Amino acid sequence: MRTQGKFIERVLFLLALSAVSSLVLITVFIFMEGLPLIVHTGLKDFIFSTHWAPTKGHFGIFAMIVSSILVTLGALLLGVPLGLSCAITLAEFAPARVRRVLKPALELLAGIPSVVYGFLGVVWLVPLIREHLGGPGLSLLAASVILGIMILPTVISISIDALTAVPDIYREGSIALGATRWQTVRRVVLPAASSGIITAVILGMGRAVGETMAVIMVAGNALQLPTSILDPVRTLTSNIALELAYAAGRHREALFATGIVLFVIIMLLNLSATLITRRR
Amino acid sequence: MPHSSKRNSPGGSHPARGPLRPGALAIFSCCFLLAALLAAGGCRGSSGSPSHVCVAGSTSVQPFAEKLAEIYMHQHPEMRIDVQGGGSSAGIFAASQGAAELGASSRELVGPEKNLQDIPIAYDGIAVIVHPSNPLTNIRLEDIRRIFEGQLTDWGPLGLKPHPIDIITREEGSGTREAFEQLVMGQKEITPGALVQDSNGSVREIVAGDPHSIGYISAGLVNEQVKALAIDGVLPTRENIKEKKYRLVRRLHLVSKEPPAGPCKAFIDFVLSPQGQHLLEAEGLVGIK
Repeated sequence: MRTQGKFIERVLFLLALSAVSSLVLITVFIFMEGLPLIVHTGLKDFIFSTHWAPTKGHFGIFAMIVSSILVTLGALLLGVPLGLSCAITLAEFAPARVRRVLKPALELLAGIPSVVYGFLGVVWLVPLIREHLGGPGLSLLAASVILGIMILPTVISISIDALTAVPDIYREGSIALGATRWQTVRRVVLPAASSGIITAVILGMGRAVGETMAVIMVAGNALQLPTSILDPVRTLTSNIALELAYAAGRHREALFATGIVLFVIIMLLNLSATLITRRR
Repeated sequence: MPHSSKRNSPGGSHPARGPLRPGALAIFSCCFLLAALLAAGGCRGSSGSPSHVCVAGSTSVQPFAEKLAEIYMHQHPEMRIDVQGGGSSAGIFAASQGAAELGASSRELVGPEKNLQDIPIAYDGIAVIVHPSNPLTNIRLEDIRRIFEGQLTDWGPLGLKPHPIDIITREEGSGTREAFEQLVMGQKEITPGALVQDSNGSVREIVAGDPHSIGYISAGLVNEQVKALAIDGVLPTRENIKEKKYRLVRRLHLVSKEPPAGPCKAFIDFVLSPQGQHLLEAEGLVGIK
């Protein structure tokens, strides 16, 4: 019996190791492919130039970094208030029966493939923007709205977990002191759950930064720095996916280098999520 | 009270719960990536056998080459023809290095590449398209250049109701874009304000939906959803392309290192045969013969 247990332990350990090592391999691979270009162009020119014409030797991704940040902020602006109010309603005010039905239903939203969101965006949202607000429709705004909807399940389900993890004693204490339900939520429950909610926002942000397919379909992918929310933009992920098919030589390296920048951004986001959760 | 409760917030104790596991996703996608890389390498591994031909290169040629290969292999079950993308330059390079028996190119050979065997297989026109409701029917080549350069940003100067032009272009590296730049733009670059789509189909889709847009696609793929403009008075019809009256025409080529022989020659003969040329015409190209 004991030896069998040991054996299974070993097998599990090996499996865990292989998962981790593939992650390490991927990291090494991305950096090996991308770093030569960053060295060749110079980090400053690569990150702070807006001139991207890889077949003509210009590799500046500044416009894409800015666009990625703007699209993500736009998504948060829409997704976080919506998601958080939904989470508060479900966790604090809705009857348990409603929560049991609605929470899994909302999590199902996360299972819808991103291409479907993108398709909906192209067919429904883009013409709406083009006809009523002007511009080509494919825009920063369209991408933000679609991403805002896409991050809802992440924001909602992690926020609900955070809110329901606040012990009832807190709520009872607050109400016993004469506070109303809303005062209790605002002054006691939300602050107590704040680190969990911030984690929810950061993970939602990670999803928004990393999303590719839906963004390619609705963002318009233009290479400029946007001057209005109706301008088309290209994000870092879109850049890789758009051009990978034909890229060779330096162009290919430049796309991997774009990947490095993306990698660093996501790492920083995850790291800050971990730090915030640890700082209790 | 609430301030002190912040310190032992229980909310963060389940940070990784929820439907998303980014780590697992990353691993899965990387497995796919590896598989794709291995598949792409397959051509080199198995080539060299007597009845196997590898065609690599231009993604503009790729769909047509695939169609030809499919029909050809159906007629000659003993043959295997692998078709790969990678771009014209990569295809020409692969052919010159012998990594592929045939390179596919949607541009003319330049410099030392001219030492290779060059077999033109078809003409392909590039149509400049607008929304069907756009009253414009003719445009000067010069105006197309000014629009895509970003100098001419409004339909007004072209005699239409003033409205900003939505420019749709292809992504960097695309063969169609390369040919368009060569034939229209000269030394100028396409404006960074242009919308970028990654296939002929999606350019057509966007132009079909946006009344103020202009884009360019392979002439064979123009349909009733969009309107092809005449350039300096010449429409991109089959006859005009064949007689070289239409300006935006490129030739599609196959390239090989040595004069083709054996299965390579058999495949090229098939491509240039009436049947092969007919197939290309059916796919929207204009035959070379």
